[in-house]
Amino acid sequence: MRFLFRTRYQQDLRLFKHSGQVFWYGLLTLALLAAPWLFPDYFVSQLVFVLIYSIIGLGLMLLIGYTGQVSMGHAAFLAMGAYSEAYLQKLGWPFLLSLPSAALIAGVTGVVVGLPALRVKGMYLAIATMALGFIVEEGVTRADNITGGNSGITLGSLQVVGIAIDSEAALFYLSLLILALCIIGVMNLLRSPTGRAFVAIRDSEISAQSMGIQLARYKTIAFALSAALAGVAGALYAHKLRFLSPEQFTFLQSIELLIMIVIGGLGSIHGAIFGAAFWILVQQAIVTAKDWLPPEIGQQTGLQPTIFGIFLVATVLFEPMGIYGRWLKIRLFFELFPFYRKGMFKRQKSYLKSERIK
Amino acid sequence: MTSPLLEVKGLSLHFGGLKAVNEVSFQVWPHEVFALIGPNGAGKTTIFNLISALYRPTAGRVIFEGEAISHLAPHDIARLGVARTFQNIELFEHATVLQNLLVGRHCQRHSSWWQDLLMTPIVRRTELQFRRHAEEVIDFLDLQHYRDSLVVSLPYGVRKVVELGRALAMRPKLLLLDEPSSGLNVEETEDMGFWIEDIQNDLGITVIMVEHDMSLVSRLSDRVLALNQGEVLALGTPAEVQAHRGVIDAYLGGASDA
Repeated sequence: MRFLFRTRYQQDLRLFKHSGQVFWYGLLTLALLAAPWLFPDYFVSQLVFVLIYSIIGLGLMLLIGYTGQVSMGHAAFLAMGAYSEAYLQKLGWPFLLSLPSAALIAGVTGVVVGLPALRVKGMYLAIATMALGFIVEEGVTRADNITGGNSGITLGSLQVVGIAIDSEAALFYLSLLILALCIIGVMNLLRSPTGRAFVAIRDSEISAQSMGIQLARYKTIAFALSAALAGVAGALYAHKLRFLSPEQFTFLQSIELLIMIVIGGLGSIHGAIFGAAFWILVQQAIVTAKDWLPPEIGQQTGLQPTIFGIFLVATVLFEPMGIYGRWLKIRLFFELFPFYRKGMFKRQKSYLKSERIK
Repeated sequence: MTSPLLEVKGLSLHFGGLKAVNEVSFQVWPHEVFALIGPNGAGKTTIFNLISALYRPTAGRVIFEGEAISHLAPHDIARLGVARTFQNIELFEHATVLQNLLVGRHCQRHSSWWQDLLMTPIVRRTELQFRRHAEEVIDFLDLQHYRDSLVVSLPYGVRKVVELGRALAMRPKLLLLDEPSSGLNVEETEDMGFWIEDIQNDLGITVIMVEHDMSLVSRLSDRVLALNQGEVLALGTPAEVQAHRGVIDAYLGGASDA
């Protein structure tokens, strides 16, 4: 068990709270840097997907886990980012310019989607964002002079400041760098007034208002940033797949993204990354399992959504804090060994539900 | 005491035929503790919500430091220096006590979101400053022990104090306390009383409170406004109001009802 003695306010602002964290995250970074040498290309390729989904999960976490605004149309932002990147690359824009532009385009779309969030909440917001998902999906199909419509669009090879990103390893390092920057950005937000305003809105809009937080402004910022992160992920996704077509960005994918962060653990950055890793892992497991499962089960079209659905139900029932919640428990078990008790994470039940002004 | 800090003029709020607040007028002077009392449904909390602009009045005006504020948005009211607590506690439950207090400093931020994103030096500076301010509140209310606990894990009495602390962290000119002692035990109520005295005397903050505990009201408040069914019954010192015929009738039931 580690006790943190704080003697300066500066300690509160540090990204790493103690030397143990520096050590473990350092080790993780080393392991990740070494991964392309240690593992076969196929494995690295899957890791790239984990990194990309982590970025979009991070954005979704910021919106759902920290600001409490639901989005069921996040695949739309992914699509905006991916197609923007594809189109801008075709126009000959360098990656350093097209990536921020893709983020910006997705972010602006996010602001547009954020508008209903200023008026509706909960289920109604979910429906409004879902509608946007359909609009973008349809728009992508129709705008075939930019997106190639149903026949899709192919991306050229990627060059970043003169370095050719032509292997899985190169794309892995690029994605890793971008993910790291995104995580630092989100962590900065969360330890600053903007992040606290998000959390305030999530937990009680009425008192957030009375503390001087402009609800409309911060909800819009949350949507914009979340969408921009999805846009960044989309741009990388485009380069990963090298080929884009509208059926990659369907409503089902929005739902899967949502499930991903719920399973990972709402309200934590770890959750977004755990969720992404889990998602890819299970997907791979399903692909592998298909071969030896009896064809009646293995060839079913709805196999993957069904399995994700089961995982979602299990998470909500048994571990509402998701994988991250389980991780905390396991860590505490070892930290306190042998003094861990079963009820340690039980929260005091609160029977007080306030009457909010609707 | 030249001009009132807060002036309420002919304030009314009607929900259809229901007159929740009807033609209420009063003035609150700087540095005073002003109590609103009345039976349930008298319109006390509604008046708070009207002052903090969560509701729009049907008629009448709220004037703070000489300016009409009833048309402003709730966040503008906070910016002017009006802080409040809620009857049923509206804390940010999944944040720590310190974070709750820091939200109270929100109005004093100098950075915009992109500066926060990059954690520029100005953000760092104000963060340190905010922490100093929050720490003053923690010292004032003896919350050291709970600094890093999640609000959701705290007992009711402590939450009540945290909510008071969050309002104080705003360093308001006017503090609206909605039933500060409700749900507290005798000891906690006693403490709350001392804190409100300190808030008035040491911090020089004007307090308006809704309170049912008459002993607390008479101990703390300089003046009391008694309401019944949205209308003013009596206004005066605690002793005057308690002796008022209409107040006794409203609380205990009039002679005609008996």
